[in-house]
Amino acid sequence: MLTIKNLHAEVEDKKILKGINLTVNAGEVHAIMGPNGSGKSSLASVLAGRENYHVTEGEVLFDGMNLLDMAPEIRAREGLFLAFQYPIEIPGVSNINFLKTALTEIRTYKGLAPLDAKEFLRLTKEKQKLVEFDAKLVNRSLNEGFSGGEKKRNEILQLAMLEPRLAILDETDSGLDIDALRIVSKGVNKLRSEKNAFVMITHYQRLLDYIVPDFVHVLYDGRIVKSGTKELALELEEKGYDWLKEQVDEKQAEEKQLGEMQLGEKEAIQ
Amino acid sequence: MIKDLTIPLYGELENGFDTLIAAAGRAKEGNEVLKGRKTAFHTFTERGFPTIKNEDWKYTNITRFLKDDFAIQTPPANPSTGLNAYVHPEPVDHALVAGAGIESLDCYQLTLVNGNLLSADGASHRLPEGIRLITIAEAVQDPGLAACFGHSEESEKYHFTALNAALFSNGLFIEVKAGFSLDKPLHIIHVFTSGYNLLVQPRHRIVVNRNASVTIIESVVGSVPEAKLFVNSLTEIVLEADSKMDHYLVEMAGVNSRLVQHTMVSQKKNSVYNNYTFCLQRSDLLRNELHVLLNEEHTETNLYGLYLASGNQLVDNHTFVEHRKPNCYSNELYKGVLSEQSSGVFNGKIHVYKDAQKTNAFQQNNNLLMGRKATVDSKPQLEIYADDVKCSHGSTVGQFSDEALFYLRARGIGEETAKGLLINAFAFDVTEKIKIPELEAHVNKLISGRIF
Repeated sequence: MLTIKNLHAEVEDKKILKGINLTVNAGEVHAIMGPNGSGKSSLASVLAGRENYHVTEGEVLFDGMNLLDMAPEIRAREGLFLAFQYPIEIPGVSNINFLKTALTEIRTYKGLAPLDAKEFLRLTKEKQKLVEFDAKLVNRSLNEGFSGGEKKRNEILQLAMLEPRLAILDETDSGLDIDALRIVSKGVNKLRSEKNAFVMITHYQRLLDYIVPDFVHVLYDGRIVKSGTKELALELEEKGYDWLKEQVDEKQAEEKQLGEMQLGEKEAIQ
Repeated sequence: MIKDLTIPLYGELENGFDTLIAAAGRAKEGNEVLKGRKTAFHTFTERGFPTIKNEDWKYTNITRFLKDDFAIQTPPANPSTGLNAYVHPEPVDHALVAGAGIESLDCYQLTLVNGNLLSADGASHRLPEGIRLITIAEAVQDPGLAACFGHSEESEKYHFTALNAALFSNGLFIEVKAGFSLDKPLHIIHVFTSGYNLLVQPRHRIVVNRNASVTIIESVVGSVPEAKLFVNSLTEIVLEADSKMDHYLVEMAGVNSRLVQHTMVSQKKNSVYNNYTFCLQRSDLLRNELHVLLNEEHTETNLYGLYLASGNQLVDNHTFVEHRKPNCYSNELYKGVLSEQSSGVFNGKIHVYKDAQKTNAFQQNNNLLMGRKATVDSKPQLEIYADDVKCSHGSTVGQFSDEALFYLRARGIGEETAKGLLINAFAFDVTEKIKIPELEAHVNKLISGRIF
């Protein structure tokens, strides 16, 4: 479904991603973990098409299509969804109108007729129940005055409504209390299927107790430095990231040394 | 007369005035009205058109909009036959009129073409007894109304109002009888159209008597594909004690039109005036002057405005609230969205007289700039001579939130639609004030329909 090959990206001339390789197939759940500043959210932003990120090398294929050539709305219509780490408040745009517009645009893109008011309301109610979203909030302005938990739940409601094939959850667990975390996870678990895939970006193992991943990757300094199964997350929880960082830094230092030595040898020969 | 060779209209006005007066005489206008026209014309000739040296026209250089050769609209040939007299010489674009219609709104509807009431509309006959509606061409022949159209310093106070008072052609006179409340909104569609360069000067007068109330919606549409049209309109509104008026303006005039519209409202004791101005036009220039005189105590005034401009458009809203007496309340909120290389002007003046203690006057103007070359001049202007008042004003100029735009696009909403949603959201503080749901939906649709 998603194939990332040697992806390099930068923001304001600062290199953030330094060669990411990742393949996600339908039906899989991947967790991406890593210390602060390792590039996790940047990866999510690049995939969703945030404008200030510049891809300098590599490619991303989404069902064989070049994802990086698409405008953000086309990516969304093709079935990519990013649950924002910090959902935006937009006063004056009602939640329900926003959902309706998004759904209509996606359906139109797929050549489907827009849902009529009755069907739309039925669908909204059904999905609201699924993510235990307070009905009162649906008619309010988009995320305006919502608590942190309500905002994150609203992201999952949108996810449920728009039914993407690939969902990237960017630290959806941050700022959630235990109850909210459970509700959000329950929603995601209900939405899991053979046809869709999830990429969860998180700091903590806690989320993975609720949403069990098939694969766990550790991102450090713009690269995936280790991949494994859910046991890797438990190991990280226990040992932290330092041992991995040390490994990587040592390896880099070795490579650098090796490079210098080789260069020195060449010079000597000359 | 001021000699400005770059404005051929000066010569046209001078030569044309006598002809117009003769025509007005033929139309049996009362002497008092004719005298009023002459004094007003004299005032205008002394003053001429404003230039950027006039403080009120500092940001709007009107000269460039006056340079074309304009003919002057003549009064209707035969005004004496009443409401159904006017037949516009060219077919009126029905799509324009239909476009101004407000979906599923139950209302009384009238159509005016260049200020003349269109005969095809029988709606006026269905108006209830409590409303008197006649054309201005008729009103000026009524000796009982002569005083309204005779010499008045108030009407001659400004450059353009003096010119209108001298040369107004036609329009509507509406009077709501004491104690009467109109059950449905009265929707007036103003169509401005011409096949040649033309100066049109409609004049209207609305009187809401004691304890009466009315809702009036005015839509301005127009199509001038091959010529330039200049509209200089004057609307005078009188609110008697305990009366109430909700006044909506939906500006949708087309390209090649330039509009200078003056609305002068005088309020008496306990009266309430709510004005909602939506500038969604395509015209080159729109200058609104909204002047409210609070002549007695305990009045309430709410002015809400929204202006959108794109291309090379210039939209200019001048409001002026004069607190002349104590215990009056006025509140104003104007918001603007300027895209491409358009320009916006907001000038909100509040004058609190020395006697006007316990005045509450609030004003807010917010602008959103969407184009790198778009500009706005926002000028709140408070002159306070009383010492026991509550007054505030604020003005902001901001830009689009890229984050909000990205959020919407990341949900599959196309860039244009997303911008439309965000503009609607910005406008929401103003549009939510509309008390008629059908009209609110109509205005929101018009806002979304603007391509940025």
